[in-house]
Amino acid sequence: MAQYKLVKCTINGKETETMVDVRASLTDMLRNDYRLTSVKKGCEVGECGACNVIIDGECFNSCIYLAIWAEGKKIQTLESLLGPGGELADIQQAFIDEAAVQCGFCTPGFIMTAVQLLETRKEYTREELRKHLAGNLCRCTGYENILNAVEKTMLRRLGKL
Amino acid sequence: MYDIKELFEATSVQNAVELRLAHPQALILAGGSDILIQMREGRLAGRELLSIYGLDELRGVTLEEDGTIRIGSLTSFTHVTQDPIVQKYINVLGQAVDMIGGPQIRNIGTIGGNTCNGVTSADSASTLFAWDAMIELTGNEGTRRVPISEFYIKAGVVDVRSDELQTAILIPKESYEGYQGHYIKYAMRNAMDIATSGCSVNVKLSEDKKTIEDVRIAYGVQGPTPLRAVVAEGLGRKKEISLDLIKQISEAVIEDIKPRDSWRASKALRQHIAVEMAHRCLIEAIKLSGGEV
Repeated sequence: MAQYKLVKCTINGKETETMVDVRASLTDMLRNDYRLTSVKKGCEVGECGACNVIIDGECFNSCIYLAIWAEGKKIQTLESLLGPGGELADIQQAFIDEAAVQCGFCTPGFIMTAVQLLETRKEYTREELRKHLAGNLCRCTGYENILNAVEKTMLRRLGKL
Repeated sequence: MYDIKELFEATSVQNAVELRLAHPQALILAGGSDILIQMREGRLAGRELLSIYGLDELRGVTLEEDGTIRIGSLTSFTHVTQDPIVQKYINVLGQAVDMIGGPQIRNIGTIGGNTCNGVTSADSASTLFAWDAMIELTGNEGTRRVPISEFYIKAGVVDVRSDELQTAILIPKESYEGYQGHYIKYAMRNAMDIATSGCSVNVKLSEDKKTIEDVRIAYGVQGPTPLRAVVAEGLGRKKEISLDLIKQISEAVIEDIKPRDSWRASKALRQHIAVEMAHRCLIEAIKLSGGEV
């Protein structure tokens, strides 16, 4: 017998509520109920980071986060970065400029990790950036261009580039 | 969609105890980074779950009146690492749990889940063994405390009774005051990997920093559960610091450890790195304590 629960949360600044199956992951809820398809289903066991979203300011793999746990939380997905006229955020543009996107499947997850990192307004070394981005896997780029994109956006925001 | 038979959500610790008694088959779900994955793999498919993840009362690190450090069982690894009390008194614990998985895993994974899982490779476990941590369990008749070395019964089995849940990890003042520690995780990759072996060493030096007053050496993946190198520790206590002594202590750990051959590493490699890790951890912990080697 299916078990359902009402989940109220804020998604990309908007208060929302929906009835979810208690067996659903947050990825299931964001994709199926809210059509937020930037949240990718990759490994579904918390290894690849393609489903990464920001919950109350911290990054989580939404595939291993139960949808019911989202109750009362503030959730941010890649869709939140889009400007009112469809403009890209600086970090998204940097991914394009640095050729940090090949197949693109890992990109939303990487960008959300970068968003959280950039919001700390700290300057990280290349080595620290590697550690912070270690929860996202990319099978195409070899990571160098991704690191370049994040590093350059960080330096630009700090007024050092 | 997870293959969950039925899910119960605890609203308080007391409620969790009631749910434990009412649904003895249900597995306690903290952050879920082990259980949900095993459910996906099929190993735990179709099980009942009791989620305690919403119990904010089990989050955070506090200093009790008698100086005991209290770590709520649901405190995430990230929050353990960032906590000022942890950084000030038991920094090595924060460093050890910062080597787990990747950033997202450290945000969802909890220190209570890491220990209740009962695996020998848990990065928090060897360090908690080295700190002589106490485990607090809450059940129908209140709370009880168990030393972590007794909490681990055998591989995958810990001392949580049918009405209980783990509510805190405690580090008594006498365990940490005057001690410094160092942890080494030996794994194939720097992130998203499970320890081939891990070693955590605490030392307390004499006032003139020339003698080891006390030393505690703990391992993960050198036996079915995390363990202490009791023989080696005995050799180090009340002895004057020298490279010879450090070598002697490190080599003696062979008598304490019980590694096995597995697909991750051979017994011979584990023995070799056990000695080397003890050696490096001892030197580092002595330096952190202000001693010279």
